[in-house]
Amino acid sequence: MISRLLIALCAALSLTGAARAQTSNLIATLSRDQVLIQSNFTGETLALFGTFTPGANSTAPYDIVVTVRGPRGAVTVRRKQQFGPFWLNLDNRRYIAIPSFIAVISNRDIEAIASAEVRDDLRIGTAALIPPQTAARGNDPEFRASLQRIRENEGLFYEDEEGVRIIAANVFQANIALPGIAPLGRYDVDVTLFNAGALVAAQQLNFTVTKSGAEQIVARAAFIYPLAYGIITTIIALIFGWLASVIFRRD
Amino acid sequence: MQIYLPIAELPVDMLLVLGLGAAVGFISGLFGVGGGFLLTPLLIFIGIPPAVAVATQGPQIAASSLTGSLHYWRRRALDFKLGSVLIVGGIFGTLLGVLFFNQMRRIGQLETVIAISYVVLLGGIGLLIFLESSRALARSHSGKTPPARRAGRHQWYEGLPFKMRFHRSGLYLSIIPLLVISVFIGFVGAVLGIGGGFILVPALIYIFRVPSNVVVGTSLFQILFSMIAATILHAVSSHAVDMFLAILLIIGGVFGAQFGARTGAKLRSEIFRLLLAMLILAVAARFASDIVTRPAELFSVTATETAR
Repeated sequence: MISRLLIALCAALSLTGAARAQTSNLIATLSRDQVLIQSNFTGETLALFGTFTPGANSTAPYDIVVTVRGPRGAVTVRRKQQFGPFWLNLDNRRYIAIPSFIAVISNRDIEAIASAEVRDDLRIGTAALIPPQTAARGNDPEFRASLQRIRENEGLFYEDEEGVRIIAANVFQANIALPGIAPLGRYDVDVTLFNAGALVAAQQLNFTVTKSGAEQIVARAAFIYPLAYGIITTIIALIFGWLASVIFRRD
Repeated sequence: MQIYLPIAELPVDMLLVLGLGAAVGFISGLFGVGGGFLLTPLLIFIGIPPAVAVATQGPQIAASSLTGSLHYWRRRALDFKLGSVLIVGGIFGTLLGVLFFNQMRRIGQLETVIAISYVVLLGGIGLLIFLESSRALARSHSGKTPPARRAGRHQWYEGLPFKMRFHRSGLYLSIIPLLVISVFIGFVGAVLGIGGGFILVPALIYIFRVPSNVVVGTSLFQILFSMIAATILHAVSSHAVDMFLAILLIIGGVFGAQFGARTGAKLRSEIFRLLLAMLILAVAARFASDIVTRPAELFSVTATETAR
C-alpha cells in the first residue's frame, strides 16, 4: 500500500516536473552587456530579444515583464518646512538599498498581467521595488511617494507598458531606455514570463554602465589621485588664463 | 551639442555652458568683478549639482584672475607685499571654508547655507555700493566735491600692533585687520564659489584706503591664490571639481571678458557702480525669494552612497 502510494507520488512529481520543463523555456539576450559613457553620451537604448516555448495545454496569452534595476544605494529624502519666514530642509527619511534606476517594461498594463499580491510577491512594478525605509523615524508614505515621483520626473524610474513587442509567434523584443543621467554601475535585468496571471519562467541578465575614454580617465583621476587632479586642473586653468592675457594684450 | 561631464555625471549643452561663461565673462569684464556670484547660481539653475557648481568655480576664477593680475602687473598697478599678506589669510580662510562646505554637504544643508549667505552677502554689499554710488552721482550733479578726510583722525583698527609698511600703496598698516578680512573672503569664496572681489575691493578702498590704482590688481592677485588653493582643496576633499565644465566656462569667460572690458571703458564710473549694485541686488532678491516662498517641490532626494 505504502509502496504503491510512493510510486504514484513519484509519477506525479515527474509529471509536474515535465510540465514545468515544458513551460519554463525562456531564453533572452541583451544587445550588449556594456554601455560606455563617452563625452557625447546623452542616454542610450538597449535592445533585448527573447523567445519562449509555450506550455502544452495553455490557451491563455503569455505576458512578458522586463524589470531593470540599477545599482542600489542609500537615499535621503528631505522635506522643506516653514521655519519663521524661511523654507528649510527640516525633516528627512533615509532609505537603504534603493535601486538608482528602475524600468518595468511589459507588453501590456502590469495590473492586467498579474494580481497585486503576485506582483508584490515577485517585486514587479516600481512601487514594489522601493523597500520601506529602515530608519526609526516613523514610516511616512509621503516621503516614499515623493522619492518615486522625483525619480520618475528625472526619468530614472519608469514603467513602459508598451515596451515589449511580440514580433513573431513566441519571439519578443524590448527596448530599455537609459537617460543621460543614468547612474554608473551594474544593472540587473529580470525577464519574466507570465501565463494566466502566474509566473511560469524567469531569466536574469545584466549589463554595466561605465565611463570610457577621456571621461573615465578624468573621473578616475579625480577619485584616485585627487591631489594630482587638482593640481593639473589648476595648471590647465592657469595656462588658459595666461594665453588669454597674451592673445588679448592691449598694451 | 551635448557633452557629458565626467564629475557632474550628466550631459549638458556645450553651447549653453560656453554662452553662460561668455555672458558672465562679459559682465565681469564690464565691472571688473569675478562674476562667480552670478555663475554659481546659473550653473545650479541649469541642473549642475550645487557642490560641483561651487567647486568648479575655483579653476574658472583662477584663470580669469590670472589674466587680470598679469594685466595690472604689466602696468605696475599691483602691490605684491600687500597681496602676499592677503594671500596668507585667504588660503587659511579657504581651508576653513572647504571644511565647512563638506560638513554642510554631509548634513544636507548646503543649498540652504548657499542661499542664505548669498542673500546676506549680496544684499549687504549691493546696498552699500548702491548707496555710495547714488550719493556720488548726486554729488557730481550738484557739483560739490566729496568731503576730504580730516588729518589726524584715525579709526580704531589703525592703532593695532604688527604694523607693516606697504611702499607701493604708500601705507603703514597693522596686518591684523588685513588678515581678518582675507580669512573671511577666503572662507566665503570656498563656500559660495565666488572670488570675493566685490567684497575685497570696497573693503580695501573704504577701510584701508588703498589707492585706487593698485586696488583691483592687488585684489585679483589675492583671489588668484585663494582660488588655486580652493581648487586643490575641493579636488582633494569633495572630488567635485569638474575639469571639462571648468574648461568650457574658462573659454567662454575669456572671450566675454574682453568685450566686457571694452564696453566698460566707455561707461562713467558712478553709473557703472550703480549698475553693478543693481545687478548684485537682483541676484540677492532672487535667492531671497527662493527661500521665503513656498517651493513647488517640497521634497528633494540625495543619493548618499551607491554600491558600484
